Amino acid sequence: MAVLNKPPVTGAGPFNGILTWFDQRFPLVALYKSQVAEYYAPKNMNVWYFFGSLALLVLVIQIVSGIFLTMNYKPSAEHAFASVEYIMRDVPGGWIIRYVHSTGASAFFILVYLHMARGLMYGSYRKPRELTWIFGVLIYLCLMAEAFFGYLLPWGQMSFWGAQVIINLFATIPIIGEDLSVWIRGDYNVSDATLNRFFALHVVAIPMALLGLVVAHLMALHETGSNNPDGVEIYENLNPKTGTPVDGIPFHPYYTVKDLVGVAVFLIVFCAIVFFAPEMGGYFLEYNNFVPADPLTTPAHIAPVWYFTPFYAMLRAVPSFFNMQVWGVLVMGGAVMILFALPWLDRGKVKSIRYRGPIYKGFFAAFVVSFIVLGYLGVEPTNVWGEFPKAVPMIGGDYVATWVARVLTAVYFAFFLLMPWYTAADQEKPVPSRVTW
Amino acid sequence: MNRLIAILLMVPGLALASGPGVQLDRAPVNLHDKLSLQRGAQIFVNHCLNCHAASAMRYSRLQDLGLTEAQIRENLMFTTDKVGDPMTTTLAAKDGKNWFGVMPPDLSLIARSRGPDWLYTYMRGFYRDPAAKSGWNNTVFPNVGMPHVLWEYQGTVVHQATEKGAPRLVVDQPGRLAPAEYDQYVGDLVNYLAYMGEPARVQRVQIGIVVMFFLAIFFVIALMLKKEYWKDVR
Repeated sequence: MAVLNKPPVTGAGPFNGILTWFDQRFPLVALYKSQVAEYYAPKNMNVWYFFGSLALLVLVIQIVSGIFLTMNYKPSAEHAFASVEYIMRDVPGGWIIRYVHSTGASAFFILVYLHMARGLMYGSYRKPRELTWIFGVLIYLCLMAEAFFGYLLPWGQMSFWGAQVIINLFATIPIIGEDLSVWIRGDYNVSDATLNRFFALHVVAIPMALLGLVVAHLMALHETGSNNPDGVEIYENLNPKTGTPVDGIPFHPYYTVKDLVGVAVFLIVFCAIVFFAPEMGGYFLEYNNFVPADPLTTPAHIAPVWYFTPFYAMLRAVPSFFNMQVWGVLVMGGAVMILFALPWLDRGKVKSIRYRGPIYKGFFAAFVVSFIVLGYLGVEPTNVWGEFPKAVPMIGGDYVATWVARVLTAVYFAFFLLMPWYTAADQEKPVPSRVTW
Repeated sequence: MNRLIAILLMVPGLALASGPGVQLDRAPVNLHDKLSLQRGAQIFVNHCLNCHAASAMRYSRLQDLGLTEAQIRENLMFTTDKVGDPMTTTLAAKDGKNWFGVMPPDLSLIARSRGPDWLYTYMRGFYRDPAAKSGWNNTVFPNVGMPHVLWEYQGTVVHQATEKGAPRLVVDQPGRLAPAEYDQYVGDLVNYLAYMGEPARVQRVQIGIVVMFFLAIFFVIALMLKKEYWKDVR
């Protein structure tokens, strides 16, 4: 049996006694020191470094608002739509909870996309942070699953038909596809059984996986220490007296108070949407989703919510070969899966875009543009930019947007697949030994 | 199933029911105009609620519009005698399908799915069409199953060809209201539908302003705190 021999906690006034009691039975002080008070972060982290902590805040907001929604929501095809309106009208404060949750879903993706863009720009996925990146990509995958399952729950027309389209993607897989899609739905059609299982996955299974992955993501990060806009490893330059990084500052209080400013700015934007524009012009809450699900009426234009549209545009752009539709699905899946390989595709000697050469910057810019334009095209019907004139050889009569999406899909993949060559060949600039402001 | 995917993925969006070419008029929505909302509620229960339901809306909620429970009971309740009941219709789904081709949709959220401008234009877009089953057709929703319920107010309207080719609606036999009065009548109705789509909307914006004020103060305090702590970093 261990002896209670840790030194007593000091500096907490009247709480010294109780904290000492805890600390002798639980690594309270050690955890606080290693993860918060003596976790050294680079002092030059800029505005791009807010989005990680903000994503964590939104995760908490989603869990708390989700718990309260669950208290009044009914996961059945007969009552789901009406129970959401019951929350909107009869539950005191219900409309706030619902709008917070629906806005939170989109906010989560905005923050995560910005967070990932930061990782790309400053090379945060590079050695030694490969695992932090991989846990992050797993979080992103879980987030997409969470959003997809959750979107069925209001049981509106877009909920129903969006789920119908996505589940049918699995039916394109040769041989096992049909059975697989029936297994996912639990029925031959999206139905009460589908809604019930999606509810279980949305409120229990995926959130648990998400929480575990977030913990792993943070543990991996705190093992290697944070990257910074210069991509300089601060732990390679220690103060000989204290043994702490010269360019590092303790996470608490410096980054806790700084993140608090980020929280304030974020909440101002977030609440402005919740209270003044919860539909966000049909992008956060689609207008067609205010119509109850009707399996007999297919909406004229089925568009997924904006955060899936870059991948949806890729899916639509890929033509069928050998009378099989599965290629688009493979491209769409590959576009996400390729993120896992990123740490090993990059052969550059520098991490940060600040010291990269012109070739990388060109590829990176093209990648960002392609992702955004694909996102736009995924919202719109394929005829949004009209057709090529019939006289044009090969592509005459095809939709312009389809071909643009094809080119941009190629650009998206080129950014990753050509990376081993263009990063190795690039003219990089020398990296300073200390961080810069 | 493969064919369904092919249809969903490869076929471009078919024209929406409203048709992209139809110019929608701007609906005079003002959720603070309680008199307009009260008139709209009256038009709604008198003319719409016979066939359409608004099952998410309780009669008692009409107190939002400045009415007392007694006023609601006496003037606006035809389908029930319990003021806490939702606005249902006595029309059976089977009859609705037989008479109109489809069961008239629930209107609780119609202003959120269609938008007030669409409703405002639609309710002013009916015209006589001998070829249509009900005798009425509509510029916004071609071949709609619904007849022109408010024709006594607007009068009969016919489609008249113009030189430019774009057809124009003309009142053939005047109704109980002059054209400008009818526009206001429909405007009140659409205003009510917009309210009913989201009854908490006025309250939402009011609370939002307080929240913004609070967060602005929080931002200033957080910023000052950060500056104070970071003084010794640079």
